[in-house]
Amino acid sequence: MSISIRHITKRFDDFVALDDVSVDVGKGSLTALLGPSGSGKSTLLRIVAGLEAADHGAVFIDGQDVTARPPQKRGVGFVFQHYAAFKHMTVHDNIAFGLAIRKRPKAEIAERVNQLLRLVQLEGLAKRYPSQLSGGQRQRMGLARALAIDPAVLLLDEPFGALDARVRAELRDWLRRLHDETHTTTVIVTHDQEEAMEVADQVAVMSEGQIEQVGSPREVYEQPANAFVMTFVGQAHRLGDTFVRPHDLEVTLEPNGSTREVMIDRIVHFGFDVRLDLVGGDGERLSVQTTRDQAELLELVSGQIVYVRPMRATTFS
Amino acid sequence: MGRLSLRFVALGYLTLILIGPLAMMVWRTAEDLDGAWTAITHPDTVAAFALTLKVAAIAVSVNTVFGIVCALVIVRGNIPGRGLLNAFIDLPLALSPVIVGFSLIALYGVNGWFGWFQRNGFEILFATPGIVLATIFVTLPFVAREVVPTLREIGTEQEQAAQTLGASGWQTFWRITLPSIRWAVVYGVVLTTARAIGEFGAVALVSGNIAGQTQTATLRVEDAYQFAYGNYAPAYGISFVLAATAILILVLMIVLQPKGARR
Repeated sequence: MSISIRHITKRFDDFVALDDVSVDVGKGSLTALLGPSGSGKSTLLRIVAGLEAADHGAVFIDGQDVTARPPQKRGVGFVFQHYAAFKHMTVHDNIAFGLAIRKRPKAEIAERVNQLLRLVQLEGLAKRYPSQLSGGQRQRMGLARALAIDPAVLLLDEPFGALDARVRAELRDWLRRLHDETHTTTVIVTHDQEEAMEVADQVAVMSEGQIEQVGSPREVYEQPANAFVMTFVGQAHRLGDTFVRPHDLEVTLEPNGSTREVMIDRIVHFGFDVRLDLVGGDGERLSVQTTRDQAELLELVSGQIVYVRPMRATTFS
Repeated sequence: MGRLSLRFVALGYLTLILIGPLAMMVWRTAEDLDGAWTAITHPDTVAAFALTLKVAAIAVSVNTVFGIVCALVIVRGNIPGRGLLNAFIDLPLALSPVIVGFSLIALYGVNGWFGWFQRNGFEILFATPGIVLATIFVTLPFVAREVVPTLREIGTEQEQAAQTLGASGWQTFWRITLPSIRWAVVYGVVLTTARAIGEFGAVALVSGNIAGQTQTATLRVEDAYQFAYGNYAPAYGISFVLAATAILILVLMIVLQPKGARR
């Protein structure tokens, strides 16, 4: 189901958490709300779920105005950063909760829970308690619990934020595959631009309670609407009035008109990728992303003086 | 070495302060078992225990409900004055029970603000209602005091999750909130029960202390002691039953609670 957020404003005392925010989330899409902490992304998600009330504006789910509806009546599945597992219930009872509330027949509940346990790969753990699960397992249980009620939309609030890097990457892949199977309209809140780029097909970049840009991951990276998006989504250096990505800087051994003289401070190897940390004459720091082959070809060593030139730069008026 | 001597000090202190007096009482009871038994089975003693249990049951029920509601208001409430409530709920701990009893006499006495009851035949003072009121007053904080920190600790996310899954406020309370705080409630109920059974000061003032009618078990002990005339067996015997009841309640709680439920 589609979600339409219209002119949402939310204040907490003097702090403006959301300032006239409008976003559309297409049916069956996976949209990421991406922004630094305090940008209002979680508040926006909670307003969509009905867990927070907006001061102004409206939320539509599948074309219906749900602004005044309590969370119980919105048909949203919500996944919390810290799992919000029902600690006194088994995995089975956690997942069955929404169905038990709806007073579905026992047999139907059992079948649906088993199906979900398979989907989130927790078969055999149905009788465990949340305290007996790892963080990744708990969050998969949280997802199964949210999916059990066949939600119109699935809302995830920094779902992988409390997990370590490897589990996070695994779950991210898994979420994407899950979405490709179920096609449930999904909104994920994250401060991790890599996560947003990898998992979402639409990214809404937020800052200070406003939407800075909405577009595909590629669009926000390659055609950032402003300096904030340019620097927040991917790395960027500011050279005077222009911005340049680390991989759009060319390193040469000889000066050439438009180049700047810099010293190599450190060479960091990431397998195929190599990052050069550079210091300019004015103490300005830059980094360049290049390849191992390129670095070997130029026989770069730290302490060496080299010249850099932007191959592609972006200017914002 | 340091740890060993610390343990010795702790155990020695406990023995001196807690175990010693209780052991002495058990010893004295055992010395004259017949005398103790006669006193315990005396109809007035049986009536006193029945009254104590009845009063405790009412006070515990009322204060359990009130304590949970209060804790919810203090932790989750959005209303002005919850800070005041938080402070006021401890008042019975600070106030001497004698003052509690005395102020109840002032309030419900024939010249008090609520004197209408007493004047019109609805006896509150020197009757069961007065004893119940006094007991409710002195046992008021225990459930709320136990539940408040647990409610803070569990946070609101589980309740919010239940809401998004379709649970009404009432369903969320019964299925999520109450099970999450159940051990705090149990502990609060145990403390309330123990305090209710053991209350003396406030009850002494408002009950009238009529044997077989408005005399609670603690008052009966006091009576047996005051009018012992050298025969202390009844006082020891009744004390023993009271103490045993309290200890039984504590043991029951320890047995009932699952491992690791209370850190």
